[in-house]
Amino acid sequence: MTAIDLTSASVVERAQRISEDVAGPNAEAVDRHARFPVESVEALRVGGLLASLIPVDLGGGGAGIREVADVVAILGRGCASTAMVYAMHQIQVACLVRHGRTPVLAAYLREVAADGLLLASATTEVGIGGDVRSSSCAVERSPGRFHLTKEAPVISYGAFADGILATARRTPASPASDQVLVVCRRAHTRLEQRSDWDTLGFRGTCSNGFTLTSDDDDAYVMPDSYADISSQTMLPTSHILWASVWLGLATAAVDKARGFVQAAARKSPGSTPPAALHLAELVAVHQQLADLVQSAARRYDEAWGIDDREVVEAMGFVIAMNALKVSASQLVVDIVSRAMQICGMAGYSNGSPLSLGRLLRDAYGAALMVNNDRINANNAQLLLIHREH
Amino acid sequence: MTDDVIRAVLAEHGRLAVDVAALDPDADLYQVGLTSHASVNVMLALEDSFDFEFPEQMLRKRTFESIAAIRAVVDGLTRAEVD
Repeated sequence: MTAIDLTSASVVERAQRISEDVAGPNAEAVDRHARFPVESVEALRVGGLLASLIPVDLGGGGAGIREVADVVAILGRGCASTAMVYAMHQIQVACLVRHGRTPVLAAYLREVAADGLLLASATTEVGIGGDVRSSSCAVERSPGRFHLTKEAPVISYGAFADGILATARRTPASPASDQVLVVCRRAHTRLEQRSDWDTLGFRGTCSNGFTLTSDDDDAYVMPDSYADISSQTMLPTSHILWASVWLGLATAAVDKARGFVQAAARKSPGSTPPAALHLAELVAVHQQLADLVQSAARRYDEAWGIDDREVVEAMGFVIAMNALKVSASQLVVDIVSRAMQICGMAGYSNGSPLSLGRLLRDAYGAALMVNNDRINANNAQLLLIHREH
Repeated sequence: MTDDVIRAVLAEHGRLAVDVAALDPDADLYQVGLTSHASVNVMLALEDSFDFEFPEQMLRKRTFESIAAIRAVVDGLTRAEVD
């Protein structure tokens, strides 16, 4: 890390250095061994990028969601697992920044910024079937304290996280949909691993299953309902930052296709290689994805800046963010497939510099993590009553 | 009258964890189990019962947070139609 000056450059420049010098060179090993990208996350910590989204007065970088989305896409170009870890961390930070308006939670954010803490998420639950808007576990309170036990089928990088934001029913008597978000600090939380993470893609996120048990001061139960946190912050931030991961990995695929076509062009100046036409088509699709992601980030950034909950709660905004996720997750597969067509056997081979295997496997995860069927079903329901476009 | 219709719609479509008839008008419906999915069905049934359409800006969580909140919106919309 000493070779990289991570303090003087801009956030985007630092992200580029980390992506090219640390995340990219380690991406194959992270993928092959399904190991956590420790060196990339450490570089992000040292570079202050874990604290980008935290306001300056709490010791953070004061960046907006657009800048963070750019960082995610840059990291995704080097290593999609690193980018996904960074994105998921920022989603948790966003929830704390926008909904942690108590002195205790503000002090915690200050600690997250000062110590470069990494935050993870436990929203799914065994027996709930992927519906993050309902919980079976519940927060149990005694005076000034809370206790939570949750069976989480996945907690991405749970074993490496300094804090985990977990959903649970507000009280043991609450219905499944009346949820709160609980900040489970590592020193007050026990994780027992229940399952492994051996998937086709995003192998470095190490999303093992755990039984989570946490006992702490009840000031770490966030005051807003999870329904509000989800609709106003977690859902739009997730869709924008995940789509930024996919944009980054799509860009990596375009890089390889471009490299292939340009190498062919150099061998026969004067005649356009046959694959050049496919590259032109590929770049057009990539531009669709880039513009889609960037316009969504801008739209949310404008609402975020003025803290406009009216905008982000409006049905049209929710439908647009859901549509972003579905479109982006399909475009990324299309882009990597097109790159494969261009690179041919060089793209299909493992170990070739133009190998697209990891990118293709990563790309297929996009439609599955929060399944597109579930998101389309939500939009189908909202469109029964939504009026304007 | 309006209250009765609202309660009937909630009883049929709200999927609440409690007896709607006994519910306080100011009770938080989300805390007794109203989901966003169920709230869409409640909206559709209210539109059918009162023969109006909720304008887009009223299609928010807050509009449906209690019987009293729904009542206020329904009164506003039915009055607007009479005017």
